[in-house]
Amino acid sequence: MQVATGKSVLNGIAIGKIKVYKAPKVEIDASIISDTEKELERFENARQKAIEQQNALYEKALLDAGEDSAMVFMVHAEMLDDEDLIDATREIITKQKHSAEYATKVAFDNQAKVFASMDDEYMKNRDADIYDIQQAILNVLFGISNDAMQGTEPAILVAKDLTPSETVKLDKSLLLGIITKEGSLNSHTAILARSMGIPALVQCAEASEDWDGKEGIIDGYNHCAYVEPTPDLHQTLKKKQDEDLKKKALLEELKGKDNTTIDGRTIKVYANIGGPSDIGLVQQNDAGGVGLFRSEFVYLNSKDYPTEEEQFQSYRLAVETLAPKQVIIRTCDIGADKQVDYMDMKKEENPALGVRAIRICLTRKEFFKTQLRALLRASAYGNLGIMFPMIISARELRECKEILEECRQELLQKNVSIGEFSIGVMIETPAAVMIADELAAECDFFSIGTNDLTQYTLAIDRQNAGLDPFLDTHHPAILREIKMTIDAGHRHNTWVGICGELGADPSLTETFVRMGVDELSVNPVSILPLRKIIRGLDLRNEPKDASQ
Amino acid sequence: MKEVRYVITDPLGIHARPAGILVRTLKQFKSSAVLFKGDVNVDMKALMKLMGLGIKQGDAILVRIEGEDEDSCAAALEKELKDNL
Repeated sequence: MQVATGKSVLNGIAIGKIKVYKAPKVEIDASIISDTEKELERFENARQKAIEQQNALYEKALLDAGEDSAMVFMVHAEMLDDEDLIDATREIITKQKHSAEYATKVAFDNQAKVFASMDDEYMKNRDADIYDIQQAILNVLFGISNDAMQGTEPAILVAKDLTPSETVKLDKSLLLGIITKEGSLNSHTAILARSMGIPALVQCAEASEDWDGKEGIIDGYNHCAYVEPTPDLHQTLKKKQDEDLKKKALLEELKGKDNTTIDGRTIKVYANIGGPSDIGLVQQNDAGGVGLFRSEFVYLNSKDYPTEEEQFQSYRLAVETLAPKQVIIRTCDIGADKQVDYMDMKKEENPALGVRAIRICLTRKEFFKTQLRALLRASAYGNLGIMFPMIISARELRECKEILEECRQELLQKNVSIGEFSIGVMIETPAAVMIADELAAECDFFSIGTNDLTQYTLAIDRQNAGLDPFLDTHHPAILREIKMTIDAGHRHNTWVGICGELGADPSLTETFVRMGVDELSVNPVSILPLRKIIRGLDLRNEPKDASQ
Repeated sequence: MKEVRYVITDPLGIHARPAGILVRTLKQFKSSAVLFKGDVNVDMKALMKLMGLGIKQGDAILVRIEGEDEDSCAAALEKELKDNL
């Protein structure tokens, strides 16, 4: 048995025969040919065929993945019809007397190099599109079909990497799982695999062509793959897979349904996510929106201050992909247990009560403004909520709003488009609960961060396991604070959600719904289980929970 | 001859998707169109060249349209510019 590790796209298990997905090795012959007319005709036929294929892929992707994902194939079809590229290829055939294959290779390589050398980060990566359409023409010329590469039996595909065209072309009914040597969690392949619920492992360095035909298992929970697993392991994972399937089938029935109680009260159930790579999970679990997008990843994954452009791209991706669903992005919440070197923060005696979150932002205004500008620009692409963490006074909230307005004016002066957006506050300190009325008067929504609220209310360090005997996560003080916050919010038409871990605690769902909570934002995998509970509630009955 | 002037507001500039849309729109008409950015200009049917200009947010462009259906062509291109860029 061999164990290989990688990055898992999805918590799930795939078991089956491994098929190495690889274009057969072809030699491109550089010799001189005599019949240039014939080669011109072969090129033209292959080009037309490739255009037809791209148009067909567009139609297919439109159904599988939506218009935004499909557009890439429309662009590919237009690229294949580009006069300059066609002329360059034909010239190599007629003047240099080379085969259609050789001419396609050289002319398209040259065009790819032109893009790769541009100084624009986005344009640089368009070379991948050129290689993709080049491959499409070469496949026609060499008579390579997709079926031959994928095989005709259900299998776990192992590939170096998969292009968007290749991924869309795959026959999903034969696709048990995907393992790629390269690729990232944000790649088209990963996003597609996630939205289709197919276990996939990317950046699996050990993936090998020798695996072809062998038995394999992808264990998405543990980010690894087994080749020729032992019978024991096979049996254990098969059992786990069966359980998953049962659970999935049960929850699948809940997709597309409302989060409405039997007596007719509807709650929003949103997802908490840690970055754009979780977008697929949001869709797959049918979240109503994103209630907490932690923006820390842009800071933690960076060696230096992330630029406005980098941040904008990440925020836009989430907001645009999920539109018209609401996406609530929390501004920078580093400090305390989340530290980054380049910020050069002073060491503190008591970081949990120290310079963190909004306190950093309000003392380093330019740093804050970079993020706010990125957020404002992203607002043009969908339904954005901007949420400020660790607020303890109305003055702080007003200051945040003033800086936000300053950024808005600056962008408007530069003719940058900005959409509508709402403003919210994290309620995570007892102070915020006490002054919730004042805060509610100045914002559109609240989101209760129960983890910090618990730690600050009970004076219990959540990192210290030694305090567990004293920790009551359902402490009446916390539940009363939540109720007070909800009531204060509603007095000012400010909707109130819960985004901390308590929000996903099924034993409290009924309590929260009775308190009048408007939204629960939870880990994506908790969404459908929560929906099931909500749909089973009848508020006309006596409350089950004694704490009411 | 018709002229359309436009300032790009899309943060990515004229990237692949809108460039593809512009080319596809233009091809539905008999008119020809030339896109000017500063001193340089390209035939607007030439997708690679159009993308190669690296037109960015804030850049001012001018499109000159000529042909028997230039009025409707100009209107269609202007609409796509506004919708996508």
